[in-house]
Amino acid sequence: MSTLTSKIQVVFEEPACGKNLSKSEKERKKGCTKQLAPGAAAGGCAFDGAKIALQPITDVAHLVHGPIACEGNSWDNRHALSSGSATYRTGFTTDINELDVVYGGEKRLYKAVKEIIEKYNPPAVFVYQTCVTALIGDDIEAVCKAAAKKFGKPVIPVNSPGFAGVKNLGNKLGGEALLDYVIGTQEPEYTTPYDINIIGEYNLSGELWQVKPLLDAMGVRVLACLSGDAKYREVAYSHRARAAMMVCSKAMINIARKMEERYQIPYFEGSFYGIGDMSDSLREIARLLVMRGAPDDILARTEKLIAAEEARAWASIEPYKARLKGKKVLLITGGVKSWSVVAALQEAGMEIVGTSVKKSTKEDKARIKEIMGDEAHMLDDMRPREMYQMLKDARADIMLSGGRSQFVALKAKMPWLDINQERHHAYAGYAGMVKLIEEIDKTISNPVWEQVRSKAPWE
Amino acid sequence: MAIVKTSSKAAAVNPLKMSQPLGASYAFLGMNHCMPVMHGSQGCTSFGLVLLVRHFREAIPLQTTAMNETTTILGGYENLEKAILNIRERAKPDLIAICSTGLTETKGDDVKGHLELIRQKHPEVRDTALVCVSTPDFVGAFQDGWAKAVTAFVDALIETPPGHDRIQTQINVLPGCHLTPGDLEELREIIMAFGLTPIILPDVSGSLDGHMSDAFSPTTLGGTTLAQAHAMSASAHTLAIGEQMRPCAEALEKKSSVPFTVLPRLTGLAPNDALMTELMRISGVTVPEKYRRQRSQLLDAMLDAHFFIGGKRIVIGAEPDLLFSLAMTMTELGAKITGAVTTTQSPLLASVPAEEVLIGDLEDLEKLAEGCDLIMTHSHGRPASERLGVPLHRVGMPLFDRLGAGNRVTIGYRGTRDFLFEVGNLFLAHPHENTPQTWALPASTLTALATAATAAIHAGNGHD
Repeated sequence: MSTLTSKIQVVFEEPACGKNLSKSEKERKKGCTKQLAPGAAAGGCAFDGAKIALQPITDVAHLVHGPIACEGNSWDNRHALSSGSATYRTGFTTDINELDVVYGGEKRLYKAVKEIIEKYNPPAVFVYQTCVTALIGDDIEAVCKAAAKKFGKPVIPVNSPGFAGVKNLGNKLGGEALLDYVIGTQEPEYTTPYDINIIGEYNLSGELWQVKPLLDAMGVRVLACLSGDAKYREVAYSHRARAAMMVCSKAMINIARKMEERYQIPYFEGSFYGIGDMSDSLREIARLLVMRGAPDDILARTEKLIAAEEARAWASIEPYKARLKGKKVLLITGGVKSWSVVAALQEAGMEIVGTSVKKSTKEDKARIKEIMGDEAHMLDDMRPREMYQMLKDARADIMLSGGRSQFVALKAKMPWLDINQERHHAYAGYAGMVKLIEEIDKTISNPVWEQVRSKAPWE
Repeated sequence: MAIVKTSSKAAAVNPLKMSQPLGASYAFLGMNHCMPVMHGSQGCTSFGLVLLVRHFREAIPLQTTAMNETTTILGGYENLEKAILNIRERAKPDLIAICSTGLTETKGDDVKGHLELIRQKHPEVRDTALVCVSTPDFVGAFQDGWAKAVTAFVDALIETPPGHDRIQTQINVLPGCHLTPGDLEELREIIMAFGLTPIILPDVSGSLDGHMSDAFSPTTLGGTTLAQAHAMSASAHTLAIGEQMRPCAEALEKKSSVPFTVLPRLTGLAPNDALMTELMRISGVTVPEKYRRQRSQLLDAMLDAHFFIGGKRIVIGAEPDLLFSLAMTMTELGAKITGAVTTTQSPLLASVPAEEVLIGDLEDLEKLAEGCDLIMTHSHGRPASERLGVPLHRVGMPLFDRLGAGNRVTIGYRGTRDFLFEVGNLFLAHPHENTPQTWALPASTLTALATAATAAIHAGNGHD
């Protein structure tokens, strides 16, 4: 069995994944990648997923080994922010040509690593495998090993070619590369009883920075964030953390679980979206740290912080209540967000007329029921045409979704707000939730809607 | 005459280039009721989709055959078959246009043969036109993919012999991919002013001009219809815009005997004079008053702008046809092209008014841009512009940090005028103000002075 195939099997057998556990032995072997329907598929590939998961490591050179499409069509298209190095936003690719396809691209790859180290001198180079170079049999593991030895620098193979599967699988394969080659290879200068890892947070639009001041106030140090605004050495010494929080549902569950196994770092799954969830996450962080031996005064400190910040958030939302009362929201997003923002929207007086559960787990669905009651409209797989009709019929006042369905709303002349990865606003933590309400209000109350809906004088 | 060089680096840094299948898909988007498909892994489509959405701020129909490791090795026939049946069932397009990718080309899928088999096996598919084009990612660039796709349309869709006699007032337009939807609108208007009816293939101004429609459609809404494409064989003449379209115009002539003219560019005074002359010749109609007026406005604009553009050192990173057009226009206003970087080979490159044209990336461009007055390239040039403190004029694709990318017009007399103003305004906005230090004496003079003073002291001492 090839290394990639066996790696995928390993990722599929995820004991910490509830969905996986509830399957029969036979089903589990088949893996969790749904067979994609040709001509009716949407979404990124495994390479995309690996890149999304690792590219936020800011000081590393991310080199894509493949034809121009993989990097040339996609580079620098996300808003993961950095507080330091900008190397991660530089597009590096071997841009292989026809001759490389015929004779193999390994030599070009080796030279590319050399050039990058000479010109940019990053602390490490991450090399991403793609479909074409995988198909022709380029052995990136071997090239990385040789290059690392020659140049005395970590050169990390990320074996997640696009045709291996979907984006989510790529997230995990990216995580495997960190586990195999990076985590545990360096030591921090010092440790404290308050060191944590945050796993699966990419600092999109700077969301980590909406949370970090809260952790600072608790006296908690983020030893490493995987991988938002991370530096290579932080990831390398992340095995010395006392506890970990896993964000973004299941994207990097393999890292969280294996770090618990290998380094005894307990973790919990939490969310930064929504006021109640933010508080729960802070409490859980404090609880885990105390469990690991931190002085327990952090518990009281955390409660004080939560009380103050929650009160501040609710007070900021208060003025919007009158304006947003009774507004109907259609929520098309995946996983955690399908319920985690609901409480805040309801608190601001809005009514959720539907929430998508396509990417949600069983627990996600249970939470939706808990918050919204039995009449919760869970939409499994809404086709764009149906979304359009729902908005056109004004059964909703605003749609919150990812960029993919943006134009469905706009062409129906309906307010729309981006709450997925391409967004420019940060919605994490208490500040983020207030920002979300503010943005919804700004969008709904914009005078543009009345104008675009009015008929031309000759109609 | 420029010397054309290819970068010898192993790693491209900050790519300028985009891939062939993306160019082909963009061409597909100019066909009405069409569903473009990339035959490859779903990431190929997803990346292209995101890029086009960010550029046009429009919904982009683009599907995938969702190839995985196993289907790639066993061959893509089944995935193609499923994709076509699924799309026909769900979206009911007039046309399904398929381009291959690096993945399926490496495997060696015979898409043309597969389509033939699918047509035989599923007679019901006959109600949907199928067109395919071979566009490996590891050969050529965006512009090549576009040109190949349009040639594939000519091969597959043009009716021969023509259904009826030649229509003397109908002409074909084969636009290069560097023309925006806004440019095509302008060109159509110019052609119609001569009493001619243009058939534009492909016509992204119908589908990607950013308009509101009353219905939701999973396919393209607007663009060249199949009936229009069929009818091109009955046109009096073909205008190909950009050198990239020459092979396509040749294919059209070969198939339907419609003669053609290649207009390498439509920005600048002389090329628009050439366009007017050509339209006058084809139509027998004299140049309408409107364009005489616009020509005289352009002359005035050139006089106003030359003060600011003249003598400026400009570097350009763009695909061959766009590079040529921009470089020529700027040179005609007295600027000097001190760096030219492009994505792929073209017979046009030798004629670019620069010493050297480099097939390379934005790292190469950034190096060339040191000490220049203006950078022209797509939105990814922003970091280089910031690092060097040189203003950036955004051209080409992708333009993800500007509104109205699809509506910019830089062709025709009027479009050229606006383009010159825009560039001139950039120089006005970034003036080189003189300071007391502007004319500070160089170190060499100061050292010479210091040595002279010491010598004088020594000489004085000697005198004592």
